[in-house]
Parts: sequence; structure tokens; C-alpha cells
Amino acid sequence: MSSLVYTRYELIRTLRNRRFFILSLGFPLILYLLISSSTRHVHNLDGTGLPASLYFMVGMASFGTMSAMLSCGARIAAERAVGWNRQLRITPLTTRSYFRTKILTAYLVALLTLIVLYVAGSSMGVSLEIHQWLEMTGLILVGLIPFAALGIMLGHLLTPDSIGPALGGGVGLLALLGGTWFPITGSGFLAELARLLPSYWISQASHVALGGRPWEAKGWLVIAAWTVVLSLLAARAYRRDTGRV
Amino acid sequence: MSEIRLSGLVKSFHGPDGPIHAVRGIDVQIAAGETLALLGPNGAGKSTTIDMLLGLLEPDAGTVSVFGRPPRVAVDQGAVGAMLQTGALIKDLSARELVTMVASLYPAPLPVEEALELTGTKEFAGQRTDKLSGGQTQRVRCAVALVADPELLVLDEPTSAMDVEGRRSFWATMREFAARGKTILFATHYLEEADVYADRAVLMAHGRVVADGPTNEIKAMVGTRTIRATLPGVELDELAKLPGVGGVERRGEAVRLSCSDSDASIRALLAEYPHAREIEIVAGGLEEAFLELTGEGAPGEAGQTPGAAGEGSVGASYPTAGTGAS
Repeated sequence: MSSLVYTRYELIRTLRNRRFFILSLGFPLILYLLISSSTRHVHNLDGTGLPASLYFMVGMASFGTMSAMLSCGARIAAERAVGWNRQLRITPLTTRSYFRTKILTAYLVALLTLIVLYVAGSSMGVSLEIHQWLEMTGLILVGLIPFAALGIMLGHLLTPDSIGPALGGGVGLLALLGGTWFPITGSGFLAELARLLPSYWISQASHVALGGRPWEAKGWLVIAAWTVVLSLLAARAYRRDTGRV
Repeated sequence: MSEIRLSGLVKSFHGPDGPIHAVRGIDVQIAAGETLALLGPNGAGKSTTIDMLLGLLEPDAGTVSVFGRPPRVAVDQGAVGAMLQTGALIKDLSARELVTMVASLYPAPLPVEEALELTGTKEFAGQRTDKLSGGQTQRVRCAVALVADPELLVLDEPTSAMDVEGRRSFWATMREFAARGKTILFATHYLEEADVYADRAVLMAHGRVVADGPTNEIKAMVGTRTIRATLPGVELDELAKLPGVGGVERRGEAVRLSCSDSDASIRALLAEYPHAREIEIVAGGLEEAFLELTGEGAPGEAGQTPGAAGEGSVGASYPTAGTGAS
């Protein structure tokens, strides 16, 4: 059960980190409360058929959870900068469990973000069936897989100084283009582009409220493609980083 | 096989001006329970050798065997602990939490409290790692290495950032750990540190082993000091007869005496030549001694190199303090 102890301290470290709290919890929560208190009465946002309180709850959750997943990259970059990764390589911790712990921690933190926003959403009048809550959560967690790979990749490419702005800017851009701030409808260029982004499909999980399938086949394909490509790039970044001393 | 064996190790790196031959063929054996000093000036290849011993670097040629196993296997079994030359601690944890976290990775670690006790970390173990002083950080790094309760403990220039008191207590800890039958290898460029704390020293220069033996022998080989004094009109032959003097040369009005026993030499010099002025005694730098041993430079040339002389005086400032305190 040694990896449990190790994961527990990884989690403690993350929760004590102020930047994480601001980006993954504070910022999305405050924004959600601001946006949804002014749009409480909107029951059909931009023709999506979804109440604004639900749409923005998932939108802000996607923003917060993407930040949470990528924050594992910030921790990897910080550990590399102080030589801690070399120290870990002379312990019995395998590379596999190192990454497993990082990803598991990121997911636990993402779950915390989800719970906080779900509670806030319920207080703003979001009401779903239990199976809808579960299905939505499952889709969001699947949509986050590419972000675990992206975090690991950036953690091995960037320094602790440069990774902060890179993650902030990256999440901001993906959120904007993926429809976190406003629903993406129609068939223009931006809408087509959005459908190729994992962030779009995370936001799209709110469509569980309409019944039917919130993700068409394209959604699964986009998430799978991003996961494969980013995992390969992350593995390459890792090998390049450890081959050099 | 209860020993550590480095056989025919070679490692080069790509540098801006072509390949850098960091290690050019090293053969060393370390018996279980031995404390061995890897002694050499900066750039001798000590850290590269240690990285290969720990499995952090793959040698270009040669093999490493740690108690009969490849380094990676020994590391995975938790038989190796190390304090690397560079490295800080990760943030957002207290010292005790960090040591506990590392201990959880090993199959049979020391109790965390024992590791903290042994390294003198206990009184500040509750503080966050980023609030610790430099000396306290070194102690926690030491606790991180020791908590594994490793058979082999590797220390790469562990005391380079410590003050005199820090060094004294650090080596006291190492003595206690060695007394448990553990094998310790440490790299240093302080001759005195090797002399006082190791059973055996391996001297490295330019990626090769230039001497390997009990520390007192090694010390006698490289422990010469130079007396410089302004002393016009004195016969060099007369100076060479003074006790403890091995070699003499003249530079204008100044003379330089290479001494195996500089204490005896300086007493005799002042008794015979009370008018000697501007007297300096400089410990022979390791760099200087190694150049002589490897035959890659005449002693005179080495003495004139400003860098080598500077290294010598840095090395000389430590032993007085270190041995005085212990």
C-alpha cells in the first residue's frame, strides 16, 4: 500500500498550493456565481435548450478541471527544476507509478472541482436525474484524458517560470474556442474548429439534460485522437528529458 | 557477491567543441562495509562515475555491478540511497512529511523518526521545506537518503554547502551509519575529509584513476605544501638540506620550497634565516598534485597556474577547521 501513502502526500501538496486553488477552484466558482446570478431566469440559452445555470456550471467545471489536470505538468516542471526527478529515479518508484500517481492526483483534484461546482449549480437551480449527473461526470472525466497527457508533456518541456503562463493561456484559449463562455452553435469555421477540440466535448457533456446521447461518434474520436497524439509527444518529451543529464 | 564493482567504465558527452571525455576507463572495487572516498578536483569525472554507479547514466562501455546486480535492479530493490550533488527539496510539505513520503517507496525503510533523529532533523521536522535554511535543507536531504536504510549510501560532495558545524555533525551521522555495516561512497575535493572519514581513497583526474589506496598513503602522496619566502642571496643547496624539504627553486629574490613536512621546514628556515620575509605556506592543491601524479605537467608549470593555486588555498582552508572541530 506504499503507493497510497505516496499519492496521499501528492494530494496534500496539491491542495496546499495556492495557485491551484485560485485557478482550479476559486476562479471557476466565483465566475460561475457571477454569471449565473445574472442569467438565472434564462431557461433556453441561445437556443441550446439548456438553462444557463446548467450550461455555465459545466462550462466553468470544464475550465477548472482542465486547469486541475494541467497542474500536474506544473508540478513535474517544478520537480525537474530542483532535481527531484533524479532523486526519485534512485528510489524503487517506477516511471509508470510516478505518472500514475501524478494522473490520479490530478483526477482527484478535478473531482473536487466538479463537486464544488455541482453544489454551486444546485444552489442556482440546476436539477438533474441522478443518472444524468453520473453520465455527465463520466463524460467530463473521459474528456479530460488528453489533458493528463498534455500536462505531462508540457511538464517535461517547460521551466517552472514559463509553464504558468503557458498553462493559463492554453486553458483560456481552449476554453474560449471550445464554448466554455458561450454556446457554440451553427456551422461556421469557428464552430467546426471547436468540434475538433477536447474542451468543446467536455462542455458538451451538459447536453445530458436533453436526453439522448450528448456525444456523437465524432466526440469520442476527437478525444481518442488527442489522447494518442499527446501521449506519444509526452513520451518523447520524457525520453528526451531523461536521456540528457 | 557482496561488493561493488566498476569495470572499464567509459563515458563521453557532446560538447560545443567536440566530445568531452568525462570518464576514460575506470576500474574500482568496493568491499561491503567499506567507506570509500572518491577524491579529485572539479571536472575529474567523479559525478559522472557516481551517476553511472546509480544507474542514472548508461556507460558508453564497461559495466557496473552493485552487490552482484545491475544498478537499476539494486535501486529497485531499495539497496541504494544517495545524496546527489545538486538538488533541492519539493515544496508544500513539511520535512517530516517529505521523509515519510520517500520512506513509503522503500520495501524496508528506517522508521521515519529514527531517520530524523540520526540526521539531527527532528527539531525542525514540522516546518515546510521552503522555510528551511541551507544547512537544514542539507540535513533533510541526508534524511531522504538514509530513510531507505540502504546497503550502499552514495554522497556526491555532500558537505560543499555546509559550514564547519554542519560538516562535523554530518560526518558524525555518517560514522554512525557506517558502524551499522553499511557501504559508503562519497565524492569530495577535500583531501582532509577523505583522510579523516574514509578507509580508502580513489584519486581521479581527467576521467582516470590515478591512485587507489589507504587514505594515509594517499595523503602522503599528495599532501605536500609549498613555503614561499623572499630570501635574497641564499644558496639553494643549503635550503634543500633543511628538514622536510623535498625540492627548491628560485624566482628572482624569492624561493619556493616543496615540503613533505612544512611544520619542521618552517621552524628550521626561521632559525637559520631570521631575515626571511613575506613568508607564505600554501597547501598543494589537488589539481597540482594530480598533474604531478599523472605526469601531465611539470610541477613548476602547475604552480604558476593561477587557477590551480587558488584551488589549493580553498582546499587548505577547510582541513584546519574540520580536524580542529572533530
